[in-house]
Amino acid sequence: MDTAIRALSVNNISMNYANVSALKNVSFEVKRGELFGLIGPDGAGKTSLFRILTTLLLADSGTAMVDDLDVVTDYRAIRCRIGYMPGRFSLYQDLTVEENLAFFATVFNTSIKENYYLIEDIYKQIEPFKKRKAGQLSGGMKQKLALSCALIHKPSVLFLDEPTTGVDPVSRREFWGMLKKLKRQGITILVSTPYMDEATLCDRIALIQQGEILTIDTPDRITANFPRKLYAVESDNNYRTLMQLRENPAVLSVYSFGESLHVTLNEQLITENGHDFQLKEIEPSIEDCFIELLRK
Amino acid sequence: MNLISKEFVHIFRDSRTMMILLVMPAIQIILFGFAITTEVKNVPMVVFNPSGDDSVQPVIEQLQASGYFTLVGELDNRDEIQRVFQEGEAHMAVIFDRDAIQLIIDASDPNQAMVFGSYVSNIINRFQVSGFEIRALYNPQMKSSYNFVPGVMGLIITLICAMMTSISIVREKEKGTMEVLLASPIRPVHIIAAKMTPYFVLSIINLATILSLSIFVLGVPVTGNFAALVSVSLLFTLTTLSLGLLISSIASTQPAALLISGMGLMMPTMLLSGMIFPIESMPCILQCVSVFFPARWYVETVRKLMIQGVEIEFAAKEIVILTGMTVFLLAVSLKKFSIRIKK
Repeated sequence: MDTAIRALSVNNISMNYANVSALKNVSFEVKRGELFGLIGPDGAGKTSLFRILTTLLLADSGTAMVDDLDVVTDYRAIRCRIGYMPGRFSLYQDLTVEENLAFFATVFNTSIKENYYLIEDIYKQIEPFKKRKAGQLSGGMKQKLALSCALIHKPSVLFLDEPTTGVDPVSRREFWGMLKKLKRQGITILVSTPYMDEATLCDRIALIQQGEILTIDTPDRITANFPRKLYAVESDNNYRTLMQLRENPAVLSVYSFGESLHVTLNEQLITENGHDFQLKEIEPSIEDCFIELLRK
Repeated sequence: MNLISKEFVHIFRDSRTMMILLVMPAIQIILFGFAITTEVKNVPMVVFNPSGDDSVQPVIEQLQASGYFTLVGELDNRDEIQRVFQEGEAHMAVIFDRDAIQLIIDASDPNQAMVFGSYVSNIINRFQVSGFEIRALYNPQMKSSYNFVPGVMGLIITLICAMMTSISIVREKEKGTMEVLLASPIRPVHIIAAKMTPYFVLSIINLATILSLSIFVLGVPVTGNFAALVSVSLLFTLTTLSLGLLISSIASTQPAALLISGMGLMMPTMLLSGMIFPIESMPCILQCVSVFFPARWYVETVRKLMIQGVEIEFAAKEIVILTGMTVFLLAVSLKKFSIRIKK
């Protein structure tokens, strides 16, 4: 990728904790102005990767660049131009909403006024509570405050580590709406989430599991590349049906998915008679792709 | 809101801790000054004078006049001593035999018994041996508060600076806010300086409380150079602040920081600084260990400057050691203070 359009690059990053490997040879690039999602379950290595990219942690091997600055040698320059929202609520609970924002503005040598336009939409929603201590806010409001604090200096790259974990569905939807708006301001956003349904809201995603990237692409292309047909099966007793399907030699994979079961078949082995349930062909979701990739 | 004002807000909002930090020194000084003392006062005493000789009367009067002893009765025979001791009426009996004065002491508390013995022999010696006199320099009334005031100053400054600084830095690590601070352009040195400032100010307030209480309430005068005393105290404040910083780089949780500064610092400060037990009478190994605790050198300096009233030159050794320790601790802890987070 051309350096002019590259906001972030990760090359063969590996890292181990004691004897657990957190990241194995991870490489990817993110374009300027892209909303890039790291999708994976807890313990997949998302937070470690975020900490390496925000210069907080040293990788055991490999290199990484943010805004064409090396995360190890140019850490000081990187720290001036990134915004970071850690997975855990990391603001001062005993300071008020307003004090937190003012503090982070000072930390980044700016003022609330200077970049107010950037956070206006978000901050307006919590402004009525600006005299309230941050510790007394609800989950959704905490998240908005944290995002405002991470944005107050108009970062060129924004790192959001599981920003929607522990947040109600309405606030989650709102939050993704805000990210879309920020993207329009030209801010590159790297976001991680364990929620597969949020993946489709990203420009491109990397599916990550146990420190390894399974695939990187746009959500549409990932679902389009699902290798076979996917069927949904509905029944009165999902558990019994699941057991029956597992016995069936024609079934490649079966797992429960919400209210129904998702099934892939080895089409050659299908016999006309022999199954007494309704197969309905469906479009695979990112989660189906994730499960399919894990199966390999 | 800048870094330093944020630190002050943290302390002000935690009003309970702040009250403790401000009130505790006053309580400690008053407790040590009045209640917890090794001096004896008004010890109940009985006398037995089988000869009935009036010539012993001045000795008895002198014993009472000292304020250490109160005469509670005269015995008629020697056997009664057991009874008055057992009933707790008296802790000491003075027997005026024809050719000697015998002192019988209830030694169930050996330390106290020793003190009675030496007081009495001091007083009686004045009558028997002429030309022998003990004069207690710098603390003529032998008040124990003269010993405790320097000790409490050392203790309070260690507590506030080392313990509170380490806890407040570790709290940021624990709550995850350190992660955000480190990922910002702030230099670690500024984070540290901002953390130290409010505790430095608190220490100055406490120093003022302790000194004014000890001068005006306990009557312990500052006989030496006041400015020198204050400067040395500020130096010691810096020493303990850097110790707190060092603790914060070792500990990763608040209880750990509390334990290290409490057990690893406060206890030795109380026991090894000479505040309670004289360093000279400690076993060699403890004397060697005490060398590493800054409080030992500070308490010694304060004793010299405040009680003995010597000029600052006489505390040069201690001041050089404290300065050296401060520079060393500050250098080590700044070097150890991580610009990244640990794995």
